[in-house]
Amino acid sequence: MNAETGRPTPDLDLDRIRADFPILAQEVRGKKLVFLDSAASAQKPRAVIDAMVTAMETQYANVHRGLHWMSERTTEAYEATRDKIAVLMNAASREEIVFTHNSTEALNLVAHSYGRGVLRPGQAVVISDMEHHSNIVPWQMLRDAHGIELRVAPITDAGELDMAAFEALFADGRVGLVAITHMSNVLGTLTPAERIVAIAHAHGAKVLFDGSQAIVHRAIDVQALGCDFYAWTGHKLYGPTGIGVLWARRELLEEMPPFLGGGDMISSVTYAKTSWAAVPHKFEAGTPAILEGIGLGAAIDYVQAIGYPAIAAHEAALVEHALARLSAVPGLTIFGRAQQRGGVVSFAMAGAHAHDVATLLDRQGIAVRAGHHCAEPLMRRLGVDSTARASFGLYTTRDEIDALAAGLEKVRSFFA
Amino acid sequence: MSDSAAGLDDLRDLYQEVVMDRGRHPRHGARPARFDVSARGDNPMCGDRVEVFVAFDPQGAIETVGFEARGCAISIASADLMADTVTGRAPADARALFAAFREMVKTGHCPACDRAGDAAALERLQPLAGVHEYPSRVKCATLAWHALDAALDQAAEGKGVTR
Repeated sequence: MNAETGRPTPDLDLDRIRADFPILAQEVRGKKLVFLDSAASAQKPRAVIDAMVTAMETQYANVHRGLHWMSERTTEAYEATRDKIAVLMNAASREEIVFTHNSTEALNLVAHSYGRGVLRPGQAVVISDMEHHSNIVPWQMLRDAHGIELRVAPITDAGELDMAAFEALFADGRVGLVAITHMSNVLGTLTPAERIVAIAHAHGAKVLFDGSQAIVHRAIDVQALGCDFYAWTGHKLYGPTGIGVLWARRELLEEMPPFLGGGDMISSVTYAKTSWAAVPHKFEAGTPAILEGIGLGAAIDYVQAIGYPAIAAHEAALVEHALARLSAVPGLTIFGRAQQRGGVVSFAMAGAHAHDVATLLDRQGIAVRAGHHCAEPLMRRLGVDSTARASFGLYTTRDEIDALAAGLEKVRSFFA
Repeated sequence: MSDSAAGLDDLRDLYQEVVMDRGRHPRHGARPARFDVSARGDNPMCGDRVEVFVAFDPQGAIETVGFEARGCAISIASADLMADTVTGRAPADARALFAAFREMVKTGHCPACDRAGDAAALERLQPLAGVHEYPSRVKCATLAWHALDAALDQAAEGKGVTR
């Protein structure tokens, strides 16, 4: 059942979906590929591959500048993705969608432009103890260059945001911005976005979500969330690499100075003075990732055709199954027991380094990630150097999770 | 043979007995009481870290090597086998062995394996040759060697730390 609508959730036709992803038929090291690393980067459906190839074969030219047929067609296809994103996120207008190259660039754009242009020295930025480095380092750079204070909201042992401690960070009224993950790439925790926004706004602070993981697993409605900025990347949502998205309220984009200077982001240039293009182009200097933008449009179409309710239900069932199966593997510690979570499970095996676990799984055709997951401060909070992580996509099956559990049993017999 | 045991055999190409044994029970995995130089190696990809301690004999050859490591079985086993094989060597010979070892774990080939003086040592390092099938793990196998290389650089520059 779908919790929101009360209607039965449509089951995914996994055989059909898996047939849409050519790579899933590959063998690795002589074994059937079990790809459990979608949180690092997801695989691409045929529709995305074809959209990019077709664009190159039939209508490719630079965008926004050509007066010829090819450029006009390419611009239409590229800009159509902006419309699709606006619908996907329920943005108030397409002008609120800024193309970047990835989430990292989107976060840096806010840190640089809003951070230096609007935040004042002495104000504070709040992050959490479960951020990806991409949502830590830009704020440290802003702190060092611009004199803002960086505050870190702690998490509970279950891997959830400690809401009382979070709210206490606002007591002195100096917080100007909350920059926080909407879903942890390590723990799978979905943070309580509406409560975060309510608390932040009550104290006059804006909210930026790093939605790199969340948008893969949940429908994102920025107007319902009430947030101010939302960053994500195309390659985790079954699209190509090299294309990311920053959504921001239009009035904030208007207020913010440009990030990078160059072509495409100007209205007129003289040596004395340059005036900026209107939003969002003010933030889109240089030739963009044209083919990747077109590919992302195809990825959004693909995801929308399946529908988030079905995707979320499928992944919730996978997570439940994975937690049950992995909990039964002796010596395995699972990190993060949040109530609200997406398709990511991190774990460690007693007596075995995460890299050895990952290599021994790889030898069995099972792809997981191992390491600090670009979240070293979180590793320290968890008291480990590294973890292994299995992450799921809409094409992941229960059989693959069973294969992971069986694979881990083999690894354990190695190290036991 | 059970299916499970058959599956384990597959995994032995990289994780041979000697690698598992040295990874778990390194012979040289401690900070020695006396050493002349030390250097650290970090693998930012996984957070692994090794510190290598080297003492020289009066003739300038490597007398003892010890290490402290936080890492995977491959990196610890490699550090331990390195300590075995460079002991007694002049620094230049230890570096030549590193070059040959690095070639072996990167490519799986060992053109130096017939070289006089290195053949026996490279045979002892052979269990790690399987790493070449796993490019992301080559750094694990060479981490301690890089630290040793840095320690030898210090010695060459006359930067001994104790004694």
